[in-house]
Amino acid sequence: MKQAVPYATTLGSIKALIQGLYVSMGQFLKKPVTIQYPEVQAPIDPRFRGEHALTKDEFGHMKCVACYMCATACPAECIHIEAQPAPEGEGWEGRDKIPQSFDIDMLRCIYCGYCVEACPKDAIMMTNKVPVVHDNRKAFIYGIDKLLGNFEEYGRDLHTKQLKERGIEEPGHAGH
Amino acid sequence: MEQLVFIVFKCVTAVVLVLTAVPLMIWMERKVSADFQLRIGPNRMGPAGVFQLPVDAVKLLFKESFAPRGIDRFMYLAAPVVAFVPGLLNFAVIPAGEIRAEQGGLLLAVSDIELGLITILAISSLTSYGIAYAGWASGNQFSLLGGVRSCAQLISYEIVLGLSVLSVIMMSGTLNLSEIVRMQNQLRFGWMPSWNIALLPLTFILFLIAAFAETNRAPFDLPEAEQELVGGYHTEYTGLRYAWFMFGEYAGMFTMCSLITTLFLGGWMLPGLTLPLGILGGILGFGIFLTKVIALIFFFMWVRWTLPRLRWDQLMRFGWKRLIPAGLINLVITAVLVQVWK
Repeated sequence: MKQAVPYATTLGSIKALIQGLYVSMGQFLKKPVTIQYPEVQAPIDPRFRGEHALTKDEFGHMKCVACYMCATACPAECIHIEAQPAPEGEGWEGRDKIPQSFDIDMLRCIYCGYCVEACPKDAIMMTNKVPVVHDNRKAFIYGIDKLLGNFEEYGRDLHTKQLKERGIEEPGHAGH
Repeated sequence: MEQLVFIVFKCVTAVVLVLTAVPLMIWMERKVSADFQLRIGPNRMGPAGVFQLPVDAVKLLFKESFAPRGIDRFMYLAAPVVAFVPGLLNFAVIPAGEIRAEQGGLLLAVSDIELGLITILAISSLTSYGIAYAGWASGNQFSLLGGVRSCAQLISYEIVLGLSVLSVIMMSGTLNLSEIVRMQNQLRFGWMPSWNIALLPLTFILFLIAAFAETNRAPFDLPEAEQELVGGYHTEYTGLRYAWFMFGEYAGMFTMCSLITTLFLGGWMLPGLTLPLGILGGILGFGIFLTKVIALIFFFMWVRWTLPRLRWDQLMRFGWKRLIPAGLINLVITAVLVQVWK
């Protein structure tokens, strides 16, 4: 049985050669796919698991009810919560507890997203923010202020988008 | 005295031209190869990364020039120079343009000798000495093998080169390169442009293939096969000495492309176009010449990023069993053609 090798004959090899040149010229004329990283950021999917943020409700209060579900679900045991009684007043109705302190040790965190899944109140989310470099270990332990700040800075629109993806319409984060 | 100054001026200009062309060619190679691979290539140093090469050159300059023990010192130091100089020397006889005047005029070449083509063939064959020296002097059996291998390649393909040049000589009836250029730009029968690429297409292809092999370009770049043959003859060279080899290679390619332009693509002229007298005509002619050379260099790069490298035995078989017979047959065909056309 004869095998069909295109370059077995002189004519075939010349044809193959020209075909090769044709193909590479096609590549030459295409646009480069390079993304100039530090200047241009590659598009990040809304589901990307970056730094955490504590979300807020329409009154501007954090949604967290200090139920410890996230801390329990966390395989890396990096979430440490201390609870306090919820204050009285508008927006706090029906809540027994809020966290007094809510620390995430970003050095231990494995960015698995289990805390987000465990949360019954959608109070914790993961932003697209890639963790930055700090110059001491203490700075890697994110407290309530930092996590709420993350929400303001990176999380607000993203959170709505993430919830929408799961079919949840939010009443909108008023409170400003 | 005045004549001497003029000659020195011409030499310096030619050397500077080639030495400027080389970094630009390496830059072009990096850009073009990037384009072929859907990349961008160097773009940080200066506009489109043009200054990458000077920076790299400075880096190479300051690198330690390490020489292993057990080398043949004199030959080790001489080899890069011997590999570098032929590329530069060859450019001396290639006419890059012409400043026309009512009387006389000036050819933009270091020297316009009658035996230009023979000179080029003679000098090109010196390249293999540099490679052989480097392989031998390194005192490393693999470098030696690499040198011998490269030498064999250069010598084999020189035959094809000579055979195809012979066709050109028969066609034009002269060895003077500027005469060859002028002859190509006369209209044959009053309408047909007679560039040698049109008159002798087979010769052109043969010459092109041989030129690829002579300049150690892919698919015949066995002498420096980085991936599988570990460099070969220049394995033991570092820093500036290595840069000389690289420079020589690109200078050789520049000269080779200039030679192809001169022999087959009508040099600095276009058929049916009379360049104006004076400096303007000279600049225009040089621009035409350079455009053709750059197009050829691009073609060299195009081929490099398309075809895979040949195996050693394939290279030899192709050279001796295919190209040399083809060259001989081509010679006969050309002889008949020349007789018919006369």
